[in-house]
Amino acid sequence: MSSSRVGPIVRRPLPSQVVKDDEPVLVAAAKAGDISAFETLVNRYERKIFRLTQNITQNREDAEDAMQEAFLNAFQHLENFEGNSRFYTWLVRIAVNQALMKLRKRRPNVVSLDEEVDTGEDLVPRDVEDWGPSPADRYAQTELGGILGKVIGGLDAPFRVVFQLRDIEELSTEETAEALGLSVPAVKSRLLRARLKLRQALNQYFRRGENK
Amino acid sequence: MKCKTIITELADYLDEALDSNLRAQIEEHLGKCKDCRVVVDTCKQTIEIFCNSEPAPLPPSTRMKLHEALAKRLRRVRA
Repeated sequence: MSSSRVGPIVRRPLPSQVVKDDEPVLVAAAKAGDISAFETLVNRYERKIFRLTQNITQNREDAEDAMQEAFLNAFQHLENFEGNSRFYTWLVRIAVNQALMKLRKRRPNVVSLDEEVDTGEDLVPRDVEDWGPSPADRYAQTELGGILGKVIGGLDAPFRVVFQLRDIEELSTEETAEALGLSVPAVKSRLLRARLKLRQALNQYFRRGENK
Repeated sequence: MKCKTIITELADYLDEALDSNLRAQIEEHLGKCKDCRVVVDTCKQTIEIFCNSEPAPLPPSTRMKLHEALAKRLRRVRA
């Protein structure tokens, strides 16, 4: 083994994550009631917001409704956006609330997202197999998207919501805790479990030598 | 350090949120324990696969519904 250090998580700058220079101008124009400026922001973020509402609700109709309500609420309450965070982070918080409302309505018996979750599960991983370098490159983008959607849908809601906010939307632990009304330790505990469960679920697709 | 401790500290280790002493202890263990190293590495790859994946375009019918609804309702909000 050449090194005992596992390097930091590498987050590539994706086109969808680049904050364009015109964003403050568009937000200011939308605040003044310019619908076309707001529609430009919708076009910019609709894919990410739909992935978020789809991942949380696991229901296409609910995801579409939650996305619509999120954008509409954002427009209606734009005067409350003070620019202390990115516009997208503010939008994510609205969208996650809409998605959670849909989830609670459709599945009232789901374990409360607000409570501490102690599954009592042993965290010791099974299937300890090397994946080799760049395992995701073995799949076409649409196929990979399907796999990721499937495995995140296999997580219980309290785990997938925290994973979505922390690791996909890149909110901080504190921002995630505040958005979900959870304690910081609860967010950390759920994130650890979510990451381990997803690792386990992805193992069947990415282990070295896996034939598609 | 036991393998179980590596797992409980895994998320903070990957987020680089540990103090240097604990981090060094973990890395010493990872140098000796192949299983733990594979778990930490594949967990890191799991996060990278998700966060480096672009969202798919909206299905055309979903996009049409969104923009029709917004066009209708945003003009009502402004009125």
